[in-house]
Amino acid sequence: MNDLRQPRLVMEAGSKTYYSRNASKEVLAGIDLTVHASEFLSIVGPSGAGKTTLLRCLSGLMPLSSGRIILDGEVLTEPSPVVSVVFQEYSRSLMPWMTVADNVALPLRGRKVPRASVKARVGEVLESVGLSGTERQHPWQLSGGMQQRVAIARALVTQPEVLFMDEPFASVDAQTRLDLEDLTRRLQQERQMSVVLITHDIDEAIYLSDRVVVLSKEPATVREIIENDLGAVRDQISTRELPAFMERRSHVLGLIREIQHAKAVPAELSTSSS
Amino acid sequence: MSRLGRVLLGSLIPIVVLVIYAFATRSGLDPYYPSMASISSRFSELWLFERVGSDVWPSMRNLAFGYLVAIAVGVPVGLLLGMVVWLHDLLAPLIDFARSVPAIIFIPPLILVLGIGDVSKVLIIALGAGFPLLITTIDGVRKTDRALLDVARAIRLSRRRTIWNIVLPGAAPSIMGGAQTGLQVGFFLLIASEMVGASSGIGYLMMRAQASFDSPTLWAGIVLLSLMGFVLNLLFLAVRNRIIHWHLAMRAVSGSR
Repeated sequence: MNDLRQPRLVMEAGSKTYYSRNASKEVLAGIDLTVHASEFLSIVGPSGAGKTTLLRCLSGLMPLSSGRIILDGEVLTEPSPVVSVVFQEYSRSLMPWMTVADNVALPLRGRKVPRASVKARVGEVLESVGLSGTERQHPWQLSGGMQQRVAIARALVTQPEVLFMDEPFASVDAQTRLDLEDLTRRLQQERQMSVVLITHDIDEAIYLSDRVVVLSKEPATVREIIENDLGAVRDQISTRELPAFMERRSHVLGLIREIQHAKAVPAELSTSSS
Repeated sequence: MSRLGRVLLGSLIPIVVLVIYAFATRSGLDPYYPSMASISSRFSELWLFERVGSDVWPSMRNLAFGYLVAIAVGVPVGLLLGMVVWLHDLLAPLIDFARSVPAIIFIPPLILVLGIGDVSKVLIIALGAGFPLLITTIDGVRKTDRALLDVARAIRLSRRRTIWNIVLPGAAPSIMGGAQTGLQVGFFLLIASEMVGASSGIGYLMMRAQASFDSPTLWAGIVLLSLMGFVLNLLFLAVRNRIIHWHLAMRAVSGSR
C-alpha cells in the first residue's frame, strides 16, 4: 500500500527556535513528516505543543531554523500557489470591507484570471460549500459557521493541491462543527487534495483523517503516526461507533496524557515536591 | 424615536435661543446686539449673493485646495510611516512635537514669507489639516490586523494589492476620524488667516465690520460661517458614510447583538 502513496510535501528534520532578547525557545525539533497526495492528515498534540508553528512552517509562512521543506520535489521557501491555508479565527481572516464574493475572489487577483472566469470560479466554490446566494453580503452579516465556509471557499478558489487548516472549527457551535467536518472531508474526497488539519480535538482527527500525527511537546517532535483506515466514506454516527475508531481514540488520548504528564512533573522537581 | 421626532427635539434649543434673542433685541436700539430683522436684511444684502463671488467662493476654493493637499500628502506619508518602522522611529518624535504646536502660529510667518495671497492660505490650511490626517493614517496602518497580513501572504497578494485591498481599507475608519478633524481645523485656519492678513474673504469682512462698529455685518458673518461649518460637516459625513459604510454597518450589527 505504501508504494501507491505519492509524497507531495515533505518536511526533513524541521526545527524552529524562537529567539528573544535574552532567551531562546526551541519549538520544533527535528520533525520528519510526509504529506501524501490526496490524503487527509491530522496533527494533534497537547496545547502549547507548537502545532500552529508547525503549520506556519509547512505552509511557507515562516522559515525553519534548520531542516527543509520540499513540495513536489522543490524546496519551499515561501507560500506556494498550489497550497492554501484556512486560518483559525474566521472573524479575523475575512476582510469586513469586502463582500463574500470579493473575499473569495481575492486570491485570484493578480493571477491573471479573466474576469468572467473569476466570477464562475467564485460561484462554483461558494456552491460547493453551500453558500450560493451570499455573494453580495458582507462576512459580518453571516453566522460564524457560514463565515468559516467563506474562508474555506476562499482557500479552494485557487484549486489547491494541499490545504492547511489551523483549528478551523474551534470557535463554532457543536452542530456546526459536525457539518463543517463532513463538508471538509467531502471536499477533500471530491477534489482529491491533501488536507493537513491541525486540531486539539482527538475525535475530530480520527473521524476525518487517513493518518494522525501525534506531537509531543517542548520541543515538538513526532511521537507517533497512526494509520487510520476507516474507509473513504465517514459517517458521524456509524464511523464513531467502529471498534477501530474507539480503539485509536483511546490510544491517542493515552499518548497525549502521557506527554502531558511527563512534562507537568519535570524530573528535577518531582523529588522535592513529592 | 422616529427620525422626524429626533429632528424636532434636536431643533428645540436652537429655536428657543433664537426666539429669546429676537424678543430681547426687538427694539433694535442696542448697538452690539442688533435686531433679527437687521441681521437678516444685512445677511441677504451681503451673502445672497452679492459677495459670494468676491469673498465666499475664493475662500472655499482655498479651503478645498488646502484640504486636498493635506489628503494627498498626509495619507501617503502616513501610509509610509505606518509601514516602515525605522522611518516611523526616525520621525515620530518630530511629529509628536509638531502635533502639539497650534497650527495658527504659522500664520504670521507664512504671511510674512508668502504674502497675504492665496498661496499662504492654502499652505496654512494644508499644514493644519494634514497633521490629523497624518497621525490617524499612521495609527490606522500600524493597527492593521496581523492575521489579515498572514492571509495576504498565504494567498500571495502583491505588496501593492496588500496595501490597496487590506492595509488602506482597514485603516480607513481611523483615517476618516483624522479627515473630519482636519476639515474642522482647515475651516478654522481659513477664517483665522483671513482675519489676520487678507484683503478679501469672510474673515476679513468681519474684522473690518468689527473695526467700524458695524455689528449687523459682524453677526451676519457669524450666521454665515456657522451655517457653512454645519453644511461642510454634513457633506463630509455623506462622503465618509459612502467610503466606510461597511464599518458603520458592522458596528451597528455587533452593537445590536
